[in-house]
Amino acid sequence: MSAPASSNRPLSPHLQVYKPQLTSILSITHRMTGVALSVGTLLLVYWLIAAATGPEAFATAQGLIGSPIGYLALFGWTIALFYHLSNGIRHLGWDAGYGFDLPTVYKTGYAVLAATGGLTVLAWVVGLALQS
Amino acid sequence: MSQPLRTTLGRVRGLGSAKEGVSHWWAQRLTAIALVPLVLWFVVSVISLAGADHATVRAWAGGPIVATLLVAMIVAVFFHAKLGLQVVLEDYIHHEGTRVTAIVVMQGAVFLVGLAGVIAVLKLALGA
Repeated sequence: MSAPASSNRPLSPHLQVYKPQLTSILSITHRMTGVALSVGTLLLVYWLIAAATGPEAFATAQGLIGSPIGYLALFGWTIALFYHLSNGIRHLGWDAGYGFDLPTVYKTGYAVLAATGGLTVLAWVVGLALQS
Repeated sequence: MSQPLRTTLGRVRGLGSAKEGVSHWWAQRLTAIALVPLVLWFVVSVISLAGADHATVRAWAGGPIVATLLVAMIVAVFFHAKLGLQVVLEDYIHHEGTRVTAIVVMQGAVFLVGLAGVIAVLKLALGA
């Protein structure tokens, strides 16, 4: 395990001196949204349990989700979900062997950002229109 | 051609040094593919239920097709989350004992929450 001090192996640059790029930012964002969604899924299970428990528990859950903090959490959840979904499809493309050249990587990266924004706005516009 | 260091049997088994092969990687991809339509369906359904009362949500989630899709989605979501969180913990926790403990605790928590979600859907679908 111990690395010899005299080793002349190249050292990868430390993160804090590495210029942030679209590729690296999108990569870590995929991981962060994945962790955030894992936590956010607790809300989904809570909602289902409340529906299974009864009308009072369900009303409490709906009130919580319908509060300003609930809406903020739900909004963050939809952004994370649509980002992870879009970028996940990008990852599946890479897994199949497509889109590795740098211009394509940037093109699909911007497409993921556009899809995240578009799907989030669409979901909320339709959702709020149906509710009122 | 130089002689490979791996034994012939090791090459045939294809399990690598972790003795797991590509099962973790493959399961992560399969659950991802399954979740694309399931999650899109779920989001559209939840949006159409915005502001609905308890009876409506109960009737929706309790229908046999919706309940089936919900259980399938919950199983895929929590399996996918378990696989992803495991990789995150493996990457960032360097002390072996802490890492193994964290992974075991995470798996137990993910399993319990997922199970609670499945039971909630089954209760809605099967009455009581």
